Amino acid sequence: MKYIDEFRDRDLCLCLIEKIESLLGDSEVAIMEVCGTHTMTIFRSGIRTLLPQSIRLLSGPGCPVCVTPAAYLDQAIALSEIEDVIIATFGDMMRVPGSGSSLETQRAAGKKIAVVYSPLDALNIAKNNPDKKVVFLAVGFETTSPSVAVTAIEAKKRKISNLYLLSAHKRIPPALRLLAKDRDLNVDGFILPGHVSTIIGINPYLFLAEEYGIPSVICGFEPLDILQGICMILYQLKEKRAAVEVQYKRVVKNDGNPGAMALLNKVFIETDSEWRGLGVIANSGHAMVEEYKELDAKEVFSLKERPSVENEGCICGEILKGRKIPNQCPHFGENCTPYSPLGPCMVSSEGSCAAYYKYA
Amino acid sequence: MPPITNMHKKILLAHGSGGSLSHRLIDEVFLKNFNNPFLSEKDDGAVVEIGGTRLAFTTDSYVVKPIFFPGGDIGKLSVFGTVNDLAVMGAEPLYISCGLIIEEGLDQGVLEEIALSMAQAAQIAGVLLVTGDTKVVEKGGADRIYINTSGVGIVKKELPVNGIEAGDRIILSGSVGEHEVSVLLAREEFPFRSQVTSDLAPLNRLASDILGVDGVKFMRDPTRGGLATTLNEIAEGIGLGIMVYEDKIGVSDGVAAVCELLGLDPLYLANEGKMVVVAKQDCTGEVLKRMRQNPLGKESEIIGEVAAELNGRVCLRTKIGGTRILDMLAGEQLPRIC
Repeated sequence: MKYIDEFRDRDLCLCLIEKIESLLGDSEVAIMEVCGTHTMTIFRSGIRTLLPQSIRLLSGPGCPVCVTPAAYLDQAIALSEIEDVIIATFGDMMRVPGSGSSLETQRAAGKKIAVVYSPLDALNIAKNNPDKKVVFLAVGFETTSPSVAVTAIEAKKRKISNLYLLSAHKRIPPALRLLAKDRDLNVDGFILPGHVSTIIGINPYLFLAEEYGIPSVICGFEPLDILQGICMILYQLKEKRAAVEVQYKRVVKNDGNPGAMALLNKVFIETDSEWRGLGVIANSGHAMVEEYKELDAKEVFSLKERPSVENEGCICGEILKGRKIPNQCPHFGENCTPYSPLGPCMVSSEGSCAAYYKYA
Repeated sequence: MPPITNMHKKILLAHGSGGSLSHRLIDEVFLKNFNNPFLSEKDDGAVVEIGGTRLAFTTDSYVVKPIFFPGGDIGKLSVFGTVNDLAVMGAEPLYISCGLIIEEGLDQGVLEEIALSMAQAAQIAGVLLVTGDTKVVEKGGADRIYINTSGVGIVKKELPVNGIEAGDRIILSGSVGEHEVSVLLAREEFPFRSQVTSDLAPLNRLASDILGVDGVKFMRDPTRGGLATTLNEIAEGIGLGIMVYEDKIGVSDGVAAVCELLGLDPLYLANEGKMVVVAKQDCTGEVLKRMRQNPLGKESEIIGEVAAELNGRVCLRTKIGGTRILDMLAGEQLPRIC
């Protein structure tokens, strides 16, 4: 397929791997890919099996499903119990365990849960079911949140008053800061998420290089992108400098997408947010601004915040910080599998535990 | 495999996806209750002997939604699906039964169209629809129409999975994923279209074209759960590993584009007109020649081989030369967020 196959070219990949080997020499390097889609590319293309063993690739907290806390799922499940509510959700969320049930189990019990591919689909469901209340589970990073903002704006404009958003949107930079200032973090470079950067540009990441001296490269999602990104990090390490560079230039502009950011800021405001496994991070989430509170499911349904009950012994938090790898978890492959996941990293198709289980 | 620890022990859609949850349901519910030597073969159908004749016998239910899709409809699917199950068992399909469950309120014209389609399909495949049954359920008790077909055929050559050995080659008759993508898009849940049509076709002639070649050991049609699931079933059946090469597996541009957009893996998508053949290495030339002469097999390729050293796992040599495990699907394929 055009514009895809070119970035999976075997000969070019082999050239880059040779380059990586020569840049690496005898040193050992740990690189964290922040984004779940990068994790999937790395596993699906078998990049790990081609790289020298002295490069460790760690999976970070960039899978939106993985970092959504159980308490949020519990709220969604509670909403699905209400007679006239239809839950609209991205497919990934179906199997994520809350404290007790999951949306998949709720659907089997006859609750109305619709899998959608775009938040605008939820708007259509609301339009077509005026006697129902449609709650869209607004989960995702800056990649996803502008399209949710557009949906909210459209709902108001078209006077569709039965659509509500349950926001668990996350912002990537504050989570990266948490990782960067962690003294135990053993990461020599970051592969930064390409699609988030398409929206927010490069400025929000500059602190990684300027304050913490960590080489960082914004990467695309094909094997060649990732290999080139690794090369760029190794060059920085070799030249003993740290910068935020863009490998994914065909999509990412330095100042991002100001139009999308403007829409985002029209509907959402920064707020503290709980990340599964990482805890509450200041200013790392998006709440709805006053003008859009009438669409806020938390307000409209008076949802109570309860503390999440995580499964005992689940080390998803340590995995999201890159401190441990999935098969160091006592549950991994035993009582935590993609068939019956205990922790979020196993359930999402982009979670690092699922990737280890399926492909490694 | 770890035991099922499904929180509430309800049947989920994922139990019907053809992946590992379906297999567990078979093991833990059906094999436990119906256990007999025929069933425990866990093949697409059973081979039974009646009066000295070896008979292949299979059944399948069709609940496809929508009932009309590019390249076919539920009627044609219900005939070809059962014909194909018999064909890959090494049998000549002969007689088909047809059980209909209809939701009250279905237009009679729709039923007539489906019946005509079944009749045409039976004629193309050379089988007869010899018995049937119709039930009508109340509105909401079914989704328009469901069809069950059973089929019998005479076994020409038995192809037990345990005849497969390390070094045997895996041949695939064409590109993967067209059926599932065409059905998925026909549901009109997406704001985009494609030219992909279902590969729905009867495989009995393609199968009989190669049945006479010494060294053809096993055949399977990679339907629900796709090529990856079929390969895993074979690996499980023989306790040997399989290595397949990504660059040899055909994926049309239309299917690839839909997969990229929705985050699906084409190797797990259902096919209804493709065949996986396991054959001895020294006969692959002849098998490929014969398959490529048939229009349904003109894109046949050797896509991999049976390997003793992979611990019984199916592995994929990726396009860039890396290796990864190609596991069975855990549940439904869930479209991703980003």
